[in-house]
Amino acid sequence: MQKLATPLSDVTFLRAGDLVSISGIIYTARDVAHKRLIHLINNGEPLPFDLDGAIIYYVGPCPAKPGRPIGSAGPTTSSRMDVLTAPLLKQGLKGMIGKGGRSAEVITAIKKHGAVYFAAVGGAGALISQHIKDSEIIAYPELGTEAIRRLVVEDFPVIVAIDSMGNNLYEHGPMT
Amino acid sequence: MKTIKYTDIVNKTKELALEANFNLPKDVYNALLEAKEKETSPLGKSVIEIVLKNARVAKEEQLAICQDTGVVVVFAEIGQDVRIEGGLLADAINEGVRQAYEEGYLRKSVISDPVERINTADNTPAVIHFSLVEGDQLHLTLAPKGFGSENMSRLKMFKPTDDIELIKNFIVDTVVEAGGNPCPPIIMGIGLGGTMEKAGLLAKKALFRKIGSKHPKKHLAELEEELLILINKTGVGPQGFGGSQTALAVFIEEFPTHIAGLPVAVNLNCHAARHAEAIL
Repeated sequence: MQKLATPLSDVTFLRAGDLVSISGIIYTARDVAHKRLIHLINNGEPLPFDLDGAIIYYVGPCPAKPGRPIGSAGPTTSSRMDVLTAPLLKQGLKGMIGKGGRSAEVITAIKKHGAVYFAAVGGAGALISQHIKDSEIIAYPELGTEAIRRLVVEDFPVIVAIDSMGNNLYEHGPMT
Repeated sequence: MKTIKYTDIVNKTKELALEANFNLPKDVYNALLEAKEKETSPLGKSVIEIVLKNARVAKEEQLAICQDTGVVVVFAEIGQDVRIEGGLLADAINEGVRQAYEEGYLRKSVISDPVERINTADNTPAVIHFSLVEGDQLHLTLAPKGFGSENMSRLKMFKPTDDIELIKNFIVDTVVEAGGNPCPPIIMGIGLGGTMEKAGLLAKKALFRKIGSKHPKKHLAELEEELLILINKTGVGPQGFGGSQTALAVFIEEFPTHIAGLPVAVNLNCHAARHAEAIL
C-alpha cells in the first residue's frame, strides 16, 4: 500500500495494480463541469481551482444526511470524460480517479505529462464516503450533484489503473 | 372489484424505493459471496470483498448502496378487478419516488429533456411499465437503474437465418466491450424476439429474476447456462481488473416474433442490482 498526499508531485514511481491511499484535497468534476473547465481554458480565463498537481475525482455524490459531510460517493464511468481530459493534463492535472478504461488519446497524454489514472471500486459509494471528511461546493452550484466540490479525504482507497508509463490494468492486469 | 387508495400506492412506492436503495437483495448478496469464493484473481477477490462490505455498511447506516441511485424503473401489474381511488396510478408512483428521493437523501439524476438537460430535482418521472393481468391485486416491482451499466446495453435486429453462434457472440462481445464500465460482476438480461421495443422491455424484466432461477424452457435454460460460462471465460473480471467472475447470472426472456426477424436486446445491471417488490 502506497500512501500519497496532495498536491501530487512525482507519481512516475507508481505502477498499474499498486494499491494506493490518498490523503489531502481532491476535486470533483464530471461531464458538464469538464466542458466548462475546457471552455475557461480555451478563453484564457481563470479556473475555479489550481490544476497544478491536482487530482480530479469523477463523482456525482448523493446528498449528505444530517451530521455527515457527504452521501454515497463512488466513481462514475471515466471514458465519458476522455475527450475533455488532455487539456487538463496539459494544465498540470496530475491524477484522476474514476472507473473503467480510458482512450488511447488519454493514455498518450498521461505518459506525456507523467500523470496517473486511479480506479476506485464502482458501486462501493457508501464505503468510500467514509473516507471523505469534508465537502464544499466551489463552483457551479446550479449543477447540483455535478457541481465542482473540494473534498478533504483521508486514506481514500484507490488502485493504479494506468501508470505514467502507459501500463494499463484493464488491458494487461497488475504489474506487481 | 377491489379498491386501492392513491395514498397507499404513494406510501408503498416510497417504501420500495428506500428499501431498494439501501438493502441489496439477499439473492444478489449471496451470489456475490459465492463469486468471491470462486474468483481466481486475488485482486478480483478483494474487489468483491469491498463490494460485500459496502452492502453491509449501506444497510446498517441506511446509505445508498451506490451514489447512482438511478432512474426509477417500475413494473406495475394491475389486476383487471382493481379500481384506484383518489388519483392516477402514475401520479401515485411518481409521488412515492419524489418523497423517497427527498427524504432518503438520494441523488437526483433525472433531467426533464434529453436535449435541454435540466434536472427535475426530485428524480421523477419514473419509467413505468404498466400491464393488465388477472385478479384484484396491484404488483409493483421497483428498480433504481444506474446508467454505468445502462449505457453499456445494446440492441440488434438479427436475420432469421443467422446462426445462434452469431447471437451468442453479440452478447459476449457486449460484455467484453463494456469492460469495467458496467461494474462487473454484472447481471445480464437478454430479450429475445417480439419487436424492437418488446425485446428491450423483456431484457429489462429479465434483470429482476431471482438469482438461481432457470428459464422454464429447457433450450433457453441451457442457453442461459452456456452464456454465463462463455462470459466468465472472457477474463473481464470484477471491475474489469481481470478474473473469472464477470457475471453473476444470465437471464433470458422471450416472446414470439416475426418470420423476417429476431430482435436481441442485452441489458446490463451492475453488481448493485437493486430492486424491491410488493403486492397491494
